[in-house]
Amino acid sequence: MPATSRELDLNRLRQVFLENVYSIPGGEKIDLCIQCGTCSGSCPTSAAMDYTPREIIAAFRAGMLDRVLRSNTLWLCASCYSCAARCPSGIKLTDVMYELKRLAIAYGLYAPNATAPNLSKEFIAVINKYGRNAETELMTRYHLKSSPLGLVGLAPFGLRMLARGRLPITPDSISPQGRQQIRKMLDTCQDGGGQR
Amino acid sequence: MKHAYYPGCSLMVSNKPYDASVRAVARKLGYEMAELVDWNCCGATAYMSVRELSAFVVSARNLALAEQLKFDDIITACSACYTTLNKTNHYLAENPRLRARVAAALDAAGLGYSGGIQVRHFLDVMVNDIGQEAIKAKVVRKLTGLKVAPYYGCQITRPFATFDDPEQPTSMDLLLSWTGAEPVTFSLKTRCCGGMLMSTYPKVALDLVRALLAHATDAGAQLIVTACPLCQLNLEAYQSQVNSRFATNFALPIAYFTQVVGYALGFPTKELMLHKALVPTEPVFAGLRGG
Repeated sequence: MPATSRELDLNRLRQVFLENVYSIPGGEKIDLCIQCGTCSGSCPTSAAMDYTPREIIAAFRAGMLDRVLRSNTLWLCASCYSCAARCPSGIKLTDVMYELKRLAIAYGLYAPNATAPNLSKEFIAVINKYGRNAETELMTRYHLKSSPLGLVGLAPFGLRMLARGRLPITPDSISPQGRQQIRKMLDTCQDGGGQR
Repeated sequence: MKHAYYPGCSLMVSNKPYDASVRAVARKLGYEMAELVDWNCCGATAYMSVRELSAFVVSARNLALAEQLKFDDIITACSACYTTLNKTNHYLAENPRLRARVAAALDAAGLGYSGGIQVRHFLDVMVNDIGQEAIKAKVVRKLTGLKVAPYYGCQITRPFATFDDPEQPTSMDLLLSWTGAEPVTFSLKTRCCGGMLMSTYPKVALDLVRALLAHATDAGAQLIVTACPLCQLNLEAYQSQVNSRFATNFALPIAYFTQVVGYALGFPTKELMLHKALVPTEPVFAGLRGG
C-alpha cells in the first residue's frame, strides 16, 4: 500500500530528528533509554506537561513524534538540566528538548497557545540588533505579540523596578563595529529554522 | 593569569546590584579582572534552544575577543552565561563540524578562536582561588547569627559541574560560613526557579517560586542567598504575586552572595546597592548584633 503524504512526513520528521540528535556530542545515547522515568521524576515542571520527558522518548519510538511537537512539553522545559544530570544512560534530554523546539518551529507544529516561540523569536531579534538583551524592548515586543493585556499586568512590576533604577529605559548596545561583526557572522549561518 | 570579567546582559540594569557587589568584593579582595571590552550576549537559552548555530556563533565571539586580548579565562557571576559560554566551549571542542562552521563565521568578522579560554563562575573564584584565609582575614563585620538559605539554582552546577557537586553543592554554604553567617539546611538548594517560564508559563513558575520560599522559610532562613540574576529576580520581584496567588505572606529578602560577603567585608549597604531591593534586605543586616 502506498504511503500517504502524512506518513511520509512523519518518517522524514523522525529521520531529521534522529540525525540532529546524533549530531549533539553524546547524542547517540538516546538509543540507550531504558524508560526508567528518572528524568520525569526529576523534572520540576513535568506535572504540567502533556507528555513527561520519559514519554517523549517513548512517543518517538512509537512513531508519534508529531504529538509531542504539538504538545506543551517542549515549551515547559526551563533548562534546569536535572534530567540530563541524573539520566543513568547519559542522555542529554535538555538538548533533545531544544531539538524538538527547533523542529516544532520549522514544521510550524507548535501549539497555537504556546507563547515561548514568540519570546525566543523576539529575543533573537533583539540580540541580533543590539548584541545585548534590551530587557524592556524585549518584554514590550513579546507581550504585544502574545498578550497585549499582559503588558498592563506588568505595569506595577515595571514601576517598582523603575523606582529602584532596575528598569532599562534605553537599550544597552555593543559598539557599531561589534554590531557589524555580528551581522557578518550571522550572514554565514543558515539556521533560520530547525536545520543546523 | 589575566582574567576577563563578563557581566552579562542581566547585570547591566535589572540586576545592577549584583554587578556592583561583584566588582566591590573583587576589588577589596585584591582579585584583578578587567571587563571584556564590547562583550555581547552569551547566546542565552532563549536563543540557543531554537537557533543553535547562530547562538554558538554569537557566543563564540566573546571567547574569541577574550583570546585576542590575551586573557586566560572569562569570569562571570551569571549562572546562565556561565552555562552557555561553557556549553559553547565544550561543543566546539567535541564537534568538529560545528567547530568548522563557527570558525567560518568568526572569520567573516575577522575573528578566530582556538579554544583556549576557560569559563568560570565568580563563586568558584571566591571559594577556590581567593579562598578561606584571605576572605576571613578581611571580614570586619561578623554576620553571627544570620540564618541564610544558600540557593544555587540550576545552571551553576548543571550540566557542567566543575567546581561543585550537581546534587549537593556546598561551596556557597562554606563561603557564607566564613562570614559568620549560619547556612540552614535548604533541601531545595538546586531546584529550579522557573527561569524564563515566569514570562511564558507564569502559573507554573510561580508555584516553583512558592515552593522555594516555603522551604527556606520553614528551614528558618532570614535571607535567601543566590548566585544567579534570574533566580534573584524570580524569587524577589514575583514574591508579591506568589502571595496573592497562593494566599501566603512571604516577605523573605533575596540577596546575591556578593552582597552578603560585601557587607561582611565592611562595605556600606548603598555601595552594595542593598537599598535597591524590592523586598527590603537592610533590616536583616541592621538587626545583627555582631560587629
